[in-house]
Amino acid sequence: MTEQILHDLRLFYPETALVLAFLAAIIADLIFRRSTKVVAFVALAGLAVTGVLVLGQSTMHASIFSNMIAVDSFAFFFKLLIVFSAVLIVVFSLSSAELNSAGRRLGEYYSLLLALTLGMMLMAGASNLLMMYLALELSSITSYILSGYTREAQDSSEASLKYVIYGSLSSGLMLYGISIIYGMTGSLDLYTINQVLAGGEVNSLALLIAGILVIAGFGYKISAVPFHFWTPDVYEGAPITITAFLSVASKAGGFAMMIRFFKVTFFDSSILTLPEGAWESVQGFDWVAVIVALSVLTMTFGNLVAIWQNNLKRMLAYSSIAHAGYMLMGIVVLNNEGLAAIMLYFVVYLFMNLGAFYIVMLVANKIGSEDIDDYRGIGPKAPLAMVALSIFLVSLTGLPPTAGFIGKLYLFAALLNSGWVWLAVVGALNSVVSLYYYVRVFRNMYLRSDERHSNVSLDFSFAQKLVIMFLLVPTLLFGLYFTPLVQLAQASVKIFGTP
Amino acid sequence: MEFSILGVGALTWVTFLPVVGMIIVLMIPKEQRNAIKWSSLAFVGLQLIVAFALVMKFDKGLAGINTQEGMQFVEKATWIDIKSVAWFGRIHIEYLLGVDGLSITMVLLTALISFVAVISSWTIDKSLKGYFALLLLLDTGMMGVFVSLDFFLFYVFWEVMLLPMYFLIGIWGGPRREYAAIKFFLYTLFGSVLMLLVMIALYFSVNVYIDANGVMYSVTEAMQRGTEGLEKIYTFNMLQMMNPGNFVPDSLLAGLDTSWRYLAFVGLFIGFAIKIPSFPFHTWLPDAHVEAPTPISVILAGVLLKLGTYGIMRISIPIFPDAMIHYAWWIALLGVISMVYGALVAMAQTDFKKLIAYSSISHMGVVTLGMASMNTQGMTGAVFQMFNHGTITAMLFLIVGVIYDRAHTRGLNEFGGLMNKMPKYAAIMSIAFFAALGLPGLSGFISEAFSLLGAFQTFRTLTIIGAITIVFTAGYMLWTLQRVFLGTLPEKWKDLTDMDGREMVMLVPLAVIIIFLGIYPSPVLDLMNTSLNHLAELLHTAQGAVMMGAR
Repeated sequence: MTEQILHDLRLFYPETALVLAFLAAIIADLIFRRSTKVVAFVALAGLAVTGVLVLGQSTMHASIFSNMIAVDSFAFFFKLLIVFSAVLIVVFSLSSAELNSAGRRLGEYYSLLLALTLGMMLMAGASNLLMMYLALELSSITSYILSGYTREAQDSSEASLKYVIYGSLSSGLMLYGISIIYGMTGSLDLYTINQVLAGGEVNSLALLIAGILVIAGFGYKISAVPFHFWTPDVYEGAPITITAFLSVASKAGGFAMMIRFFKVTFFDSSILTLPEGAWESVQGFDWVAVIVALSVLTMTFGNLVAIWQNNLKRMLAYSSIAHAGYMLMGIVVLNNEGLAAIMLYFVVYLFMNLGAFYIVMLVANKIGSEDIDDYRGIGPKAPLAMVALSIFLVSLTGLPPTAGFIGKLYLFAALLNSGWVWLAVVGALNSVVSLYYYVRVFRNMYLRSDERHSNVSLDFSFAQKLVIMFLLVPTLLFGLYFTPLVQLAQASVKIFGTP
Repeated sequence: MEFSILGVGALTWVTFLPVVGMIIVLMIPKEQRNAIKWSSLAFVGLQLIVAFALVMKFDKGLAGINTQEGMQFVEKATWIDIKSVAWFGRIHIEYLLGVDGLSITMVLLTALISFVAVISSWTIDKSLKGYFALLLLLDTGMMGVFVSLDFFLFYVFWEVMLLPMYFLIGIWGGPRREYAAIKFFLYTLFGSVLMLLVMIALYFSVNVYIDANGVMYSVTEAMQRGTEGLEKIYTFNMLQMMNPGNFVPDSLLAGLDTSWRYLAFVGLFIGFAIKIPSFPFHTWLPDAHVEAPTPISVILAGVLLKLGTYGIMRISIPIFPDAMIHYAWWIALLGVISMVYGALVAMAQTDFKKLIAYSSISHMGVVTLGMASMNTQGMTGAVFQMFNHGTITAMLFLIVGVIYDRAHTRGLNEFGGLMNKMPKYAAIMSIAFFAALGLPGLSGFISEAFSLLGAFQTFRTLTIIGAITIVFTAGYMLWTLQRVFLGTLPEKWKDLTDMDGREMVMLVPLAVIIIFLGIYPSPVLDLMNTSLNHLAELLHTAQGAVMMGAR
């Protein structure tokens, strides 16, 4: 027993390292009370070590702590994505004027950020409903605090409160769903549940209700319509670094958990007649219909509402809802091709979305506003940053030669290859709609002029430009040469316990 | 045939020279305005020289269209190659360029119009550096579309054009530029996402074999050779998509005359028709033209519109000949509606630029009609009309630009009696206008006559209705000449000056081309003849296959 735990712990090193980094950050905060930068560097170092440890798990295929957490290439991919974006968020935070304004202590901010990262990493690997719930709560509670971190800002507190209310409601629903599943199957372990369901002695109506309740929990995490209500307010009110982090990493964690839950629980692994890489549902109920509805609602709603937004942060919030909708399309096809498309999309999404948020943050530092109208005429004043922002937005729209196009291409390809023509058409038309609101930003930047900011300088430091380039180069490069992306995604679709 | 310069293929040069120019322009400090202008001109000039060299070396006897052996100056390299995994096949995308009789004229036209557009951009004042950088990027996008033989590559180039065009209209345009720019962008993106879906559907419907060295074999070739050492893959290669034998049985687009094939054809057609623009997708064009600065109007009318009809002939017809035969009448109808409607609306315009814009819709309708005729004569007329419309309309927009630069108005009713004031201008404008209305002896006549003659053999009634347009066109063109040049000279225009040297440099060569091709069209017709014959034959064969299937 002890030996087993010790053995399992070895596969739990990345998370352990993150816990140690969390503690180190708190201690560093106590020692170096004057300088907040020290804590940030402790956090960076901790994340770097975690990242290296995660990299060592690329080919592992195991389950630890009595099937509580899976260590497989699927989890590896999402953990890497989460740690990578956490590193970037710490870097962003270093130059955020909003956070670094006088008199604010940032020690807890960085340590909470590490705790949030830990929660998301656990989400990526959780393969037991209880573990899933705990991971979800760990990440939720830390994000409540972080999104209200600039607490003297009124909308930040409002955002935080809204987040708490919606979060508790949906995690309550999820818990209720979990309890029904436990009542019917006698287990919280996904693999055992799958076997019981395969036996076919479960009331399918009760299963449907339980399944939808659990989806409410995931839907809240990935902000799928109709569980999205918190998203715009929280994204607008939270510090921009946290908004960026939630929009990428939190979604990644949510998606990882949702995909694992669906694939392991509801899909039969024993049928051998299927073409390789395809999934087959164990129960008669058509889960695909639920996901299709979620996906169409999410992308259409996100895009249509984004058109009316005047605050860029809020617009990006709705756009991130729409992107969740696109990614949900990848689940619909129920095969590894769709899964690989989602993963590929996530990598691309990380670069372009974080890039857009970063530049919005840099501009907000200088002009003190995130209003699209305040972007009038600033294009020529900061050539690199504004061209970069344009490219990120074009990539979010999905036009070649940017990486966003490759993401969409793979999603549509997966759909068309499995005969989902109408859904692909809906997705494609949605990207036309999205063009309209992304274009509004560079219309203001370049096509209009305004004297208001004529005195404001938009010079960014060399380090900041370096960060922009670091996000920009992959966005363009992966658009023209996407072999490594596809290979990474294809290598990472293996989920423990499924064929 | 191979043709390379400094070890790099000529088609790569002709496509990417402007991008090299763009990089250089971006490195020049923005104060050195002359350096920016001259280096842009140098690069489009080099592009024009390479394009001329390509035309000179072009073998008129090779057909191309659907065979790689018939394509000339072919360049092939592996772009994306991803090994297969258990549940997903190998992905192999090629960088495949080549030209045939259909595209070589367009390559020449693009280089020519881009060169003229850069000269006409000399008077641009606002953010010069950004302007020329975007213009050069646009040039690469257009050229790339004409030389790509891989659908994926084609699509990337197709989309690369959108953003520069948006900014060129949006930043340097007229008062309603924002509206015009976004309208253009949304319309074309709508069309291109449909094209994207069809492209993906085709990808999953077409199988080829590939060996270890990346050489592709069609299914028939592979069967003859034996499939050892070959891997079966999907492909974006357009030429392989044109081979009916390569379609995967039971795939979405396999077979003949299936509803999926019709749907795919319609999707592609909408994407291309928006670019032409054919009625009812034309409403973005007048707005874009009126707001765009002169050089951009020139590019828009001279090259961009041709991409639509080119796309139909390069992709839609050879890949979906059955659907083309099925919809030919409807396409011809749209062409005729565009012709008549464009001409009637043009007649009602008092804005000089809007008049030319609507005349463009009308003239592109001739191309659509000629193309839909599906015989050699009609299609030759269509492609020749694409070339002539490119040169003539470019001239017309430059002419509008000349008068607008001086008078700062485009209201036709405000002018009069300019003949004596601006004699050189009057001469040039008369040539362009007479060419546009199809006067014999000028290039427009030949192509329109060919198109209509070809179309008459296929669609009698439609062509007769369409031919009435010639009268309307003569009407509004002559009326415009009259309003501008005859009558009394208003007091306010008595200080207008005639054209200067730079304006002559861009207009006279175009006028010479128009007159020359009007008298002696063979140099251009010979380039395209073999290919279009082959295309007509391909349609004929498909018609036979469809009829066999029906029996």
